[in-house]
Amino acid sequence: MAKHILAALVENRPGVLARVANLFRRRSFNIDSLSVGRTQRDEMSRMTIVMESDSAEADRLVKNLYKLVDVVHVDHLHSQPSVVREMALVKVKASSDNRREVIQLCDIFRARIIDVSAESLVVEITGEEEKLENFTELVRPFGIVEMVRTGMIALGRGGHTLKDEGFKPNRSRAAARRNVL
Amino acid sequence: MSDETTATDRANEEAGTSTDAVVLTGAEIVCECLLREGVDIVFGYPGGAILPTYDALTKYPQLHHVLTRHEQGASHMADGYARATGKVGVAMATSGPGATNLVTGIATAMMDSSPIVCITGQVPTGAIGSDAFQETDVTGITLPITKHNYLVTSIEELPEVMREAFHIARTGRPGPVLVDIPKDVQIQEAEFVYPTEPIELAGYSPPRAARARQVDAALELIRTSKRPIILAGHGISMAGANRELAQLAEKAQIPIALTLLGKGAISEHHPLCLGMMGMHGGAEVNHAIQQADLLIALGMRFDDRVTGNLATYARDSRKIHVDIDPSEINKNVNVDVGIVGDLGEVLRQLLKRVERRPNEAWFDRIAEWRADSELREIVRPADAPQHPAVPEGKLLGAQVIRDLFEFTDGEAITVTDVGQHQMWEAQYYHHERPHSLITSGGLGTMGFGLPAAIGAKMSRPDQEVWAIVGDGGFQMTMMELATAVQEQVNVHIAIINNGFLGMVRQWQEFFYEERYNQTPMVNPDFCKLAEAYGIPTVRVTERGQIEEAVNASRAQTGGPTLIDFVVEKEEIVFPMVPAGADLDDMIRRPTPEEFEQQRRERAVAAKAPEPQTPESTPPETEAPAAPAALGSRFGV
Repeated sequence: MAKHILAALVENRPGVLARVANLFRRRSFNIDSLSVGRTQRDEMSRMTIVMESDSAEADRLVKNLYKLVDVVHVDHLHSQPSVVREMALVKVKASSDNRREVIQLCDIFRARIIDVSAESLVVEITGEEEKLENFTELVRPFGIVEMVRTGMIALGRGGHTLKDEGFKPNRSRAAARRNVL
Repeated sequence: MSDETTATDRANEEAGTSTDAVVLTGAEIVCECLLREGVDIVFGYPGGAILPTYDALTKYPQLHHVLTRHEQGASHMADGYARATGKVGVAMATSGPGATNLVTGIATAMMDSSPIVCITGQVPTGAIGSDAFQETDVTGITLPITKHNYLVTSIEELPEVMREAFHIARTGRPGPVLVDIPKDVQIQEAEFVYPTEPIELAGYSPPRAARARQVDAALELIRTSKRPIILAGHGISMAGANRELAQLAEKAQIPIALTLLGKGAISEHHPLCLGMMGMHGGAEVNHAIQQADLLIALGMRFDDRVTGNLATYARDSRKIHVDIDPSEINKNVNVDVGIVGDLGEVLRQLLKRVERRPNEAWFDRIAEWRADSELREIVRPADAPQHPAVPEGKLLGAQVIRDLFEFTDGEAITVTDVGQHQMWEAQYYHHERPHSLITSGGLGTMGFGLPAAIGAKMSRPDQEVWAIVGDGGFQMTMMELATAVQEQVNVHIAIINNGFLGMVRQWQEFFYEERYNQTPMVNPDFCKLAEAYGIPTVRVTERGQIEEAVNASRAQTGGPTLIDFVVEKEEIVFPMVPAGADLDDMIRRPTPEEFEQQRRERAVAAKAPEPQTPESTPPETEAPAAPAALGSRFGV
């Protein structure tokens, strides 16, 4: 068992997310996180899928993703040098008594404070998964009011990119395309 | 065609000159696209949200619409039509219940990789999501059971979507595609330009040839094998690779085992063809697979019904798996060489360099297993000495199929339902040609037989078509008798009528201590029922009547015919690999000698004196589990 990071280029069409999500359930894949967003090309979205599994299972997921007509390219970033990041917003209890300590922790982790109120702070922290885990553990004693994580996103380093050269957006379909995932 | 200029004529005039196009409604565009995809028959059922398209169909007499009696029948007919020829079958239905009724047929086509396109009406785009009358999210419902589906949201994308739908349905690993078209899109008008450039879908490119390195690896495994066996599946006939399969087997002297849907991949009279494998496959075939040192799996998917217990499946063998769908490689069975490609191309690559090798010792072993199977055979020519397990004066379902095979010269297209009769068909009707057995293998859909047979006959009017169905499955879709009569479809229906859900009853006998819960059926008089539709019928209760009944049916060339074969109620399909058991751990019918021996032992046991000490008689224990409880009939 290891962490596998897959990156998928998909057509930015209604229902694509539903197709991918359905695949996870239909074939019993256990997904740690999935994040989706548009790319530099309007007609393409990119998904980053993280799963804890053996490599046979990850291979099975890659093959099944390819069966979806809207999936253009899938890469197993596990086997490539890549940069991986995740962002979390954490609302931490902080009164005038202990605000200083929380701010110090944020400095150490290079996290940014983006909102302050009498009772709490909202902290934005970006990094690899372990860093986020460590940070949340350390602020937990102060009291985490709520938090949200983006899920991991990843890019191959240097010249390694997901192939999309073959992809030509279709004119009438592009006209009908909506920004609905 | 009349003098009137139809919309088709107008569009055809414009075809090729894509600069100035005609203006058509969405409904007319659907019809134009169907014509251009080579569609001649549409199976369907009208309703509110699809009415504009039904209205447009009146302008397209080249598109023959078949009114079914239930939308499930439409999707099965489209499936049967597709399987008989390899052409794409088309089903049409309205929104809501019309669309949901298609679902069983779509799932059936998905499991057996059958190319169909389903067109459904949808409520107008503005009403989608409002729980409008007869609204259902059919693209959502069919997401996991279609190869791909579309909700068309504007008339501009309609021609392209239709073209893509047919392309995706028929290429690569074929499968069902659904196109959901809101009513307002059917009514809107737009310039119709049929795209002429080749379809390029970034995320869809079916593989063709194998990589040279994989071919080398496969050839090396074949060269060094001593006990090779080819497992031929549905993919052979779908790829049209039947000749290449025979050539490979002959050149390298490798025996061939067939999956249920693989029947027809090679003539079952070919000396290298062993017959069907799996749960009800030949014992000699399953032994050969278990003892092989090389499996060459071609266009099959190692379904649990053909592997039995995966942990003990063909343990001593290396494995080559060729399939067009990469996700099938290493899905159920891990293989040594996985080749993704079109079977015709890959087999031609292999054929160029495969070497002839002697496998005589291997054939001798298989022949021994086969001789043992023949001893246990219960269906023999009427004038030959019978197996002692054959009950006096009873008609067996297996005999019906064997005789039907003989009296139709093995030339018919047979379409089955699901259950015991389906397995007897597989065992006793030996097919010569591809696409001549049509059966729901993957999903096991009861009710498939009759409508699929109607679709098959309409697809191949030149061929004799028999629907072989059980009394249970027949009653699931028997309303389609009316469709067959209305369309005057000359399909011959053979009901193997045992008054039971026979296969379920068999499982209850083996694994549920003969508690026949909800399997006996009170049936109508099928002859009278069919006669109410004006269908000529015969009832057969003895083996001697079969030939005349079959000949009488074949002599009818107008609409459908029906034979009610009243067969032994509690017959068993032998051999059987219990679900999850090892493939060679089969429940067998005894040989005549074993049977007589068991009969003597039972007679002795019956005469044995009562125990002298009734007080000490142990309390009755639980009845022993199968197969020990199977003593009484048909042996074992």
